[in-house]
Amino acid sequence: MDKFIYLDHAATTPVRPEVVEAMLPFFTEKFGNPSAAYGHAFSAKNGVDKARNIAANALGATAKEIYFTAGGSESDNWAIKGVADAYKNKGKHIITSKIEHHAVLHTCEFLEKQGFEVTYLDVDEDGLISLEELEAAIKEDTILISIMFANNEIGTIEPIKEIGEIAKKHNVIFHTDAVQAFGQVPINVDELHIDLLSASSHKLNGPKGVGMLYVRKSVKLSNLVHGGGQERSKRAGTENVPGIVGFGKAVEIAFDTMEERTKKETELRDYTLKRIEEEIPYVKINGHRTKRLPNNINACYRFIEGESLLIMLDMNGICGSSGSACTSGSLDPSHVLLAIGLPHEIAHGSLRLTLDHNTTKEDMDYTVDKLKAVVDRLRSMSPLYEDFLKEQGGN
Amino acid sequence: MAEGQAYSKKVMDHFMNPRNMGEIENPSGVGTVGNAKCGDIMRIYLDIDDNQVIRDCKFKTFGCGAAVATSSMATELVIGKTVQEALNVTNKAVMEALDGLPPVKVHCSLLAEESIHAALWDYAKKNNIVIEGLEAPRVDIHEEERQE
Repeated sequence: MDKFIYLDHAATTPVRPEVVEAMLPFFTEKFGNPSAAYGHAFSAKNGVDKARNIAANALGATAKEIYFTAGGSESDNWAIKGVADAYKNKGKHIITSKIEHHAVLHTCEFLEKQGFEVTYLDVDEDGLISLEELEAAIKEDTILISIMFANNEIGTIEPIKEIGEIAKKHNVIFHTDAVQAFGQVPINVDELHIDLLSASSHKLNGPKGVGMLYVRKSVKLSNLVHGGGQERSKRAGTENVPGIVGFGKAVEIAFDTMEERTKKETELRDYTLKRIEEEIPYVKINGHRTKRLPNNINACYRFIEGESLLIMLDMNGICGSSGSACTSGSLDPSHVLLAIGLPHEIAHGSLRLTLDHNTTKEDMDYTVDKLKAVVDRLRSMSPLYEDFLKEQGGN
Repeated sequence: MAEGQAYSKKVMDHFMNPRNMGEIENPSGVGTVGNAKCGDIMRIYLDIDDNQVIRDCKFKTFGCGAAVATSSMATELVIGKTVQEALNVTNKAVMEALDGLPPVKVHCSLLAEESIHAALWDYAKKNNIVIEGLEAPRVDIHEEERQE
């Protein structure tokens, strides 16, 4: 199969060649330990410092508020467990949403077992939380609100500024998992009143195994990783220098190119969504139509199952992802699709396609053409579709 | 696509080129098992002659690659067999004929076995006969929905 159209950029992205180039010297000649006292190690330390400044600038933060981690999941774990531990004497109540990434949800479930109380906010059919419900959920002992910036499955962007304002008004710390949004939408932590923010490198054409947590200076945070004095004694372990340097370079490029890149992606996204909606019957587009990540296309194709859809697309050289039970290894389809109110059988037929700056209109035309054929074929095999047609005929 | 790669060549072949996919008009027996909630439903149509030999078998399946492949293979295994012989087409036989399934997909082969049994049960009921060893289908979508 010659054709290869990668449409799973929300899962991971290829590392940009410029990023690889920036990283390479830090594996070989600039291999020093940033904590070392001799001159040779300074170049490694400088590499990390430079990346920290880039990340801070991208958020409108200061370098001292940026902590490098091993990725988005660690950042989410650290933010939530770290705040919970540091503020447990003030209160033990946390507010989050039902559509968070598992790195947030499972961390909250872990804390529930430790005696914390967690409120999981519902979302509407577009995946948006209700600000009224959020404010009503705040109690005397609420110490943390953790709401994702943008959802990884359906692409919906939450009202982050308004959430930040509510958190500030009630003197509650606000963490946001921005793993999908960082590099896709402009973020200024002061304007949006964000106290902690998680981001990951490999979602924006950086290397895997690196991420960061922004922590506002005034926020107390207990350590997750204890040990040496790295990251201002807040996160131990010799720095992943090449990874951090690569992350920095990737952030720099992502922010330099953001406007032009996301404009192109948004146009292509809307063009594709329109074609899908107009040309394939019994489709439900998931996620908010405009408050949406520029590169996210998510829809449910009724009467068919997601894994079958993925394999047949793969046979045509197209890589996508699905929230069906069969792809998650559990019996239930994605918690996000259930939270936006989809019945199980419809949620099983979901397909997410996520673009990047290299995706072309030709790629998406080919994909929609193949998708139409594959959906037709799977429906012709589906007893659910057979029953549906009989019911239609009967009425 | 971890799941896709975990499938044998035979599973992929039966998924991409399913045998006996479709419906039979005025079938001798029809069986539907599974549950849309869980993501798989199989329907088997049987055409059985007066000597209780399965002349034709067709399927329709909503489900993953393994669900489609196991139903396709099950139809191949029962065509030409007597109803009594068809009872011996177990999920294990279906899996072996497909050169195995990933562990998480074993339940698909159980559904395939169950859907054949459900179609045989329908045939037996319609014709007022008893097929020795055949039990009422365990998995009925409507029954399951009521239970939930």
